Amino acid sequence: MESKFYEKDKLLVFRIADEIDDFSVQKIRRRADYEIERYMPKKVIFDFNSVTFMDSAGIGLIIGRYKFAKMLGGTVELANLTSSVKKIFEMSGLLRLIPVTNLEVS
Amino acid sequence: MESKIENEMRLEFISKSANEAFARIAVAAFASQLDPTIEELADIKTAVSEAVTNCIIHGYDKKQGIVKIFARLKENEIILEISDKGKGIENIDIAKEPLYTTKPNLERSGMGFTIMESFMDNVDIESVVGLGTKVTMSKVIKSKKENEESDDEFEMITKE
Repeated sequence: MESKFYEKDKLLVFRIADEIDDFSVQKIRRRADYEIERYMPKKVIFDFNSVTFMDSAGIGLIIGRYKFAKMLGGTVELANLTSSVKKIFEMSGLLRLIPVTNLEVS
Repeated sequence: MESKIENEMRLEFISKSANEAFARIAVAAFASQLDPTIEELADIKTAVSEAVTNCIIHGYDKKQGIVKIFARLKENEIILEISDKGKGIENIDIAKEPLYTTKPNLERSGMGFTIMESFMDNVDIESVVGLGTKVTMSKVIKSKKENEESDDEFEMITKE
């Protein structure tokens, strides 16, 4: 997973490039929380463009980061959802809580 | 006419979450004999991942045990049995409810069975407390072959 912090906008972007399951999510969660705490972003965007697989562990990952970022005064948005990722998020009702945004793939 | 079993495979591995990717990829490779679409294959991988995760996280909790997968291909259908000899489920109806989880502290979403049920055609759960849990699920692959056949039928009808 790559991350980039944009100081001017207080925006933190995570580009997840792994398969997201119960195993890989542990590493992603630790890294994301560490950086959210470090930068205290106004907005966190998770970019799913390079996610090749996701199961329900992804739902817990995003809800957990949403709560954590919110506690520190930030919001969470999702970008570049693949159809299978979107299907799983829709099923959980998470997209009623967390907006999907446009983010260019770089 | 009784349909014959065309292929079978069995897989056993210890209950480490690192094996989840191995399990779903192995099942997907086996299922690819039915010539599924990318979407059907993704559905199967997700359902396997959910079932195996349940065995590891809930069935065995922090203890080590063996997760078994028995996969069969029968005509255009894949039938999967994924089982553990872990602690079992006390109330299956409650466990199946969307968003129900016994482990919210681990950020489990409680969507595992819901995902299995919506991605597969049939899901059946058998569980005995103290003895383990077996999830049987199946999915008919609407293969390219079938699509071609329906095209043929269409041709026949139009010819008539």
